[in-house]
Amino acid sequence: MAEKVNQTQNFLKGIIKENPVFVMLLGMCPTLGVTSSAFNGLGMGIATMFVLLMSNIVVSLVKSQIPSKVRIPAFIIIIASFVTIVEMVLEAFIPFLYEQLGIFIPLIVVNCLILGRAEAFASKNNILASILDALGMGLGFVVALTILGATREILGSGSIFEFKFVSEDANTFILFILPPGAFIALAYLTVLFNKISIKTT
Amino acid sequence: MSKKKDTFINMVLSLFVITIISGFSLGYVNELTVGPIEKGKIERKVNALKLVLPTFDNNPIEDVQLIKSSLVKDSVEVFPAYENNKFVGAAIIGSTEKGFSGLIKLIVGFSPEGMIKNIVVLEQKETPGLGTKMKDEKFLAQFREKNPSVFNLKVTKDGGEVDALTGATITSRAFGEAVQMAYDEFMKNNGLLIELKN
Repeated sequence: MAEKVNQTQNFLKGIIKENPVFVMLLGMCPTLGVTSSAFNGLGMGIATMFVLLMSNIVVSLVKSQIPSKVRIPAFIIIIASFVTIVEMVLEAFIPFLYEQLGIFIPLIVVNCLILGRAEAFASKNNILASILDALGMGLGFVVALTILGATREILGSGSIFEFKFVSEDANTFILFILPPGAFIALAYLTVLFNKISIKTT
Repeated sequence: MSKKKDTFINMVLSLFVITIISGFSLGYVNELTVGPIEKGKIERKVNALKLVLPTFDNNPIEDVQLIKSSLVKDSVEVFPAYENNKFVGAAIIGSTEKGFSGLIKLIVGFSPEGMIKNIVVLEQKETPGLGTKMKDEKFLAQFREKNPSVFNLKVTKDGGEVDALTGATITSRAFGEAVQMAYDEFMKNNGLLIELKN
């Protein structure tokens, strides 16, 4: 029973208590870079989640075979391979999303969230726990990126998931689509998120 | 299984095995995806040709002319369109490296007089949500039915007639430049294309 509660905790922590974006502030490059619309955020989040899941699985499987001095390069090779696979598959089968995300896909390699989870969690835990950890963290990342993307899209282009609710030439806060808007939106969302999550726990 | 010791041979071996495995799996995935990627590119080209050219009855992909140009590294691809053996226009791939993140490739359809029929963006790496708006109807519409000999393709900031995209002036500039390049190539080779069918 205790084991089960533990695993649920393990899964949930990534979404709220240790949310990779709003609490741990990991993986800021894609977070700030691609979230100019809710759809981009969602697509990037799912791509990252997939890489995170696969790398956590592989790292937790091979952890005992890797000498600790070369563990970082080994993890990076594993992560880079999966990112390249994701990139090729996206270009071949979902060219629309590939065009939208563009240069940010190769940048998943340097997302410290993935290396962080491989190093801090998957290399010390068994495969089931690693999968749950990856799913939780990945979901937290997806949710965070979608919320941030949606906020910026609503304020910046007056639409949500490409669905426009203001007229074509209405004045919107273009600042929020631009890079500085990403920092501003992220800061306020982080404050809001932490305020709510501290109150509820 | 206990943790492997940090001996030299262990480190070399484990890295070697990992790189071999990842190399082979990448090769395998590449093998699987290279076909669909190529097919998708050709499909996009055909669809783009249909959008930018007037009705035609030849196969522009087969009649493609590769023209050496001083403006770009590779030769320029020109797709002539004929109807009843009459030259009705051509589509030209214009490109520039001056986009916000490098290469922008677009296909421009011209009528025989050099009027822009339509423009479709083929490849770009611009900022999502900003530069990518060059694919929107609102931006593209201002180019249609315009003849670059009288319509200045520079953005209004630089003394031209193109309304730049908000927050993406560099993209708009590059876009105009690529169209201008396609137009220059079209005018240079206009005569050749008409003669080809006769």
